[in-house]
Amino acid sequence: MHELSIAMSIVEMAEEESQRSGGLRVTSVHLRLGALAGVVKTALLSSYELACEQSSVNGSKLVIEDVPGVVFCSACNARRPVSESEWFRCSTCGSLASELVSGKELEVVSLEVEE
Amino acid sequence: MSSMTRLVEVRQNVLKKNDLLARDLRKRFHEAGVFVCSMVSSPGTGKTTLLEKTLGLLGKKHQVAALVGDLATENDAVRLARSGAPVRQITTGTLCHLEAAMVETALEGWSLNDLDFLFIENVGNLVCPASYDLGEELRLVLMSVTEGEDKPLKYPTIFNTADVAVITKTDLSAAVEFDATAAKFSIESVRPGMKIVEVSAKTGQGMDEFRSYLELRRGYLKRQLQNS
Repeated sequence: MHELSIAMSIVEMAEEESQRSGGLRVTSVHLRLGALAGVVKTALLSSYELACEQSSVNGSKLVIEDVPGVVFCSACNARRPVSESEWFRCSTCGSLASELVSGKELEVVSLEVEE
Repeated sequence: MSSMTRLVEVRQNVLKKNDLLARDLRKRFHEAGVFVCSMVSSPGTGKTTLLEKTLGLLGKKHQVAALVGDLATENDAVRLARSGAPVRQITTGTLCHLEAAMVETALEGWSLNDLDFLFIENVGNLVCPASYDLGEELRLVLMSVTEGEDKPLKYPTIFNTADVAVITKTDLSAAVEFDATAAKFSIESVRPGMKIVEVSAKTGQGMDEFRSYLELRRGYLKRQLQNS
């Protein structure tokens, strides 16, 4: 359950950013979460509520944008979706893909603040 | 009526603080000339036994030390200290993984310049440690022959973040009908080209090769740093 640690990092980041923008009230935090980041979305959402309590961003909402896992298969010369377990096996031809294109994102993109 | 809102761009990795600290640690390790190797696996794969034997083997020629993470008890540190190497236990309480800050704290008072190898044994967990860079040079992920050949497919994230897969307890391979080819296929599927080492810390099988590999990697890093 490292989702709570991650949620606490997000809250900390949001607090710092809101202070930087003059202490405006944060209504939501927008996060990009890759399918391969090793973070469970539902666990993160409930952890976020917990981490928000007692913080200056209490009451804010965590909005998660899912980023799919995608690899580049050189045999097909195409991008392919990543299967849940065999990340690098091309879903079409079965050969090993050379590169992970997306899926490991764990990034705070923006904050929505009240003017 | 809701008031007006606007978007403030942030674009920051959530684990930025840990990543920055890990980067500082890595720089310190490089400057001190210590090769840092971390170990992750599920509980019971044999991290501590492998570490015990590795400290013994490397300790004949090199200065070695270890940090061991567990939720509670000092048992592993006590066990490893028998090798004569400096060992510190990091007890994480309820936290399921080590973070760079814990490594930094645990190193306080140690002279890194005097060390050749430093091992960091993470908490036994195949999920949470994946996201946290500890400043290590090499991350070993261990799987024992008793755990099933498809372990990498069940925990792709941790295998993907590691540099070397160490298959442990190979002395039990026949008894559990371990299929090495299937295991390698699984590893390749989540981390193509990953180095695979097979060892039995109990019988010593593969341990010399493992020791040589670590020495080789340390030598390679030293040359790389000298040339840069």
